[in-house]
Amino acid sequence: MSYLAIDGLSAAYGRQPVLTDVTLGVEKGEVVSLIGPSGSGKSTLLRVLVGLLAPAAGSVAIGGEQVDYRDRRSLRAARDRFAIVFQQYNLFQNMTALRNVTIAPTIVKKRTQTEVEAEARALLVKVGLGEKFTSYPDELSGGQQQRVAIARALALRPDILLLDEITSALDPELVNEVLDTIRLLAQDGMTMIIVSHEMAFVREVASKVVFMDQGRIIETGPPARIFDAPETPRLKEFTAKILRHR
Amino acid sequence: MWSTLRDEAPRFFGYYNLLFIGEAFLHTLALSYLGALLGFVIGFALALFRHPRLFPILPLRLFAIAYVEVFRRIPFLVKLMCVFFAFQIAGWRGSMFTVALTTVVLSAAAFAAEIVRGGFDAVHRAQWDAAEAMNMGRADTLWRVVLPQSWPVILPPAFGYTIGFVKSTSIASQIGVLELTYVAKVLNTRGFSALICFGTILLLYFAICWPTKLLGERIERRLTTRVRPVAEPMMA
Ligand SMILES: Nc1ncnc2c1ncn2[C@@H]1O[C@H](COP(=O)(O)OP(=O)(O)OP(=O)(O)O)[C@@H](O)[C@H]1O
Ligand SMILES: [Mg+2]
Repeated sequence: MSYLAIDGLSAAYGRQPVLTDVTLGVEKGEVVSLIGPSGSGKSTLLRVLVGLLAPAAGSVAIGGEQVDYRDRRSLRAARDRFAIVFQQYNLFQNMTALRNVTIAPTIVKKRTQTEVEAEARALLVKVGLGEKFTSYPDELSGGQQQRVAIARALALRPDILLLDEITSALDPELVNEVLDTIRLLAQDGMTMIIVSHEMAFVREVASKVVFMDQGRIIETGPPARIFDAPETPRLKEFTAKILRHR
Repeated sequence: MWSTLRDEAPRFFGYYNLLFIGEAFLHTLALSYLGALLGFVIGFALALFRHPRLFPILPLRLFAIAYVEVFRRIPFLVKLMCVFFAFQIAGWRGSMFTVALTTVVLSAAAFAAEIVRGGFDAVHRAQWDAAEAMNMGRADTLWRVVLPQSWPVILPPAFGYTIGFVKSTSIASQIGVLELTYVAKVLNTRGFSALICFGTILLLYFAICWPTKLLGERIERRLTTRVRPVAEPMMA
C-alpha cells in the first residue's frame, strides 16, 4: 500500500458530482503533479484530502492509517499530516509574516512561542524572506506572500504538502522565485501533490503526473510518458492545447 | 426674533424646565446609545447564527435571515406600535420608555446583523479555509483571523446607524416617551416659541451626535493603524 492511498474517492458539491472514483497512490518523498482542464476537480481533490469538503465515497489512508472524515479526531489527525497552500489569500491579512507562520504551531499545537518563533525565522530565511518578518501581507509581493505561505505550511511539519496552483495568480516574473522554493523542497525529499499549469516545471520536478478530466483520473504516468506519449484522446487534446499556448 | 428669544429665555431655562429637558436628554441618550449597544450585541449574535461556517444549523440561519429581513423593512413607528401592543397583550406593564427601548433594540439588532455580516463577507473565503486546514477552531478563526479584518468594515457604519437611532428615538414621542422631541412639543404648547423649544433640542441632538461621530472616527483610525511588533530582522 502506498504512503498516501486514495481509493475510489468521490465527492460532490450539493448534487453535482465533482470527483468520481479517484484512486491514486503517493509514495513517501514522491512529487505528484495533478494536471487537467479547468473544472476537472484538481482543487476539489486537495480540498477533500484536507477535510474542507467531505467525501461521498471512497477511502484515504496515510501511512497505513485510515482517515475517517466524519470523525473529529481522525479529521484533526489528517489535517496534522497535510498542509495546503492555495492560489491566493492564504496569509492572514491582519498578521505579520512571522505571526502567520507561528500562529498555528503556537495556538493549535501548543508549542512554546520562543521555540516556534526561532523555527519560523529559520523557515522564512529558507524561503528567502529573512528581511520581511514584520511585513504584513499587503506589503509583500505576490511571490513573497506565497513563499511566506509555504513557510507557514512547513512550520506545521506536514508529512504531505499540497500546493494548489500557487503560482497562477502571480506576475510572470515572480513565478520563478516560488518555483525555486518548491524545487528546494523536492530536493529535501518532501512528499508533495502539486496542481500546476507550469508544464515545464511539472516535467522537471514530478515523479508522477496525474491527468484529470471531469472529476476522474484519466491517465497516470511518469512525466515523459504523459507529455510525449499521451494515450487517451482527451490527454492528447489537452497536451496539444497546452503546447499551442507555449 | 432675537427679542422674543431674549424675553423668553429666562423663563424657558427656569429650574423646572431645565430638569424636564435634562431628563428628556438622558432618556434620548439612553434610548439611542443603550438601544444601539444592546442591539449590536444581539445583531452580532444573529450574524454569527447566519454564518454558514460558524453555525451550520439551518433553523438558526433561517431565523436570523427572517428576523433581519422583517425588522429592517418595517418603519420605526410601526415597530413601536407593535411592541406597544405586544406588551399589552403579554400583560407586561413596562413604562413607555421600556417599550421604546425594546423597539430600538429590536430594530438596531436587524441593522447591526447586516453590518456585521458585511464585515464577515469582506474577509476572503480562503482565510477560513486556511485556518480550518491548519486545525484552527472556529472561535480562534473568528477572533484571531476574521474579526480583526472585519472591524474596520463594521465600525464606521455601526457608528453611523447609532447616529441614525438618535434620530429615530424622536418618533417615540408619539407614544408619549419623555424624550427631547416630546419635551419640545410640550413646552411649545405651553406657550414658548417653536424657535426656542426646537432650537434647544436641536443643539442637544447635535451634542449627542457629534461626539458619536468623533468617537467613531477615532476608533476607526485606531483599528486601521497597525501595531508593528518591534523585531529585528534576521539576516540570511
Ligand atoms: N464551492 C463550490 N460550489 C459548487 N461547485 C463548485 C465549488 N467549487 C468548485 N465547484 C465545481 O467543481 C468542479 C471542480 O472544480 P475544481 O475547482 O476542483 O476544478 P479545478 O480542476 O481545480 O479547476 P481550475 O483549474 O480552474 O482550478 C467544477 O465544475 C466547479 O464548478
Ligand atoms: Mg483549482
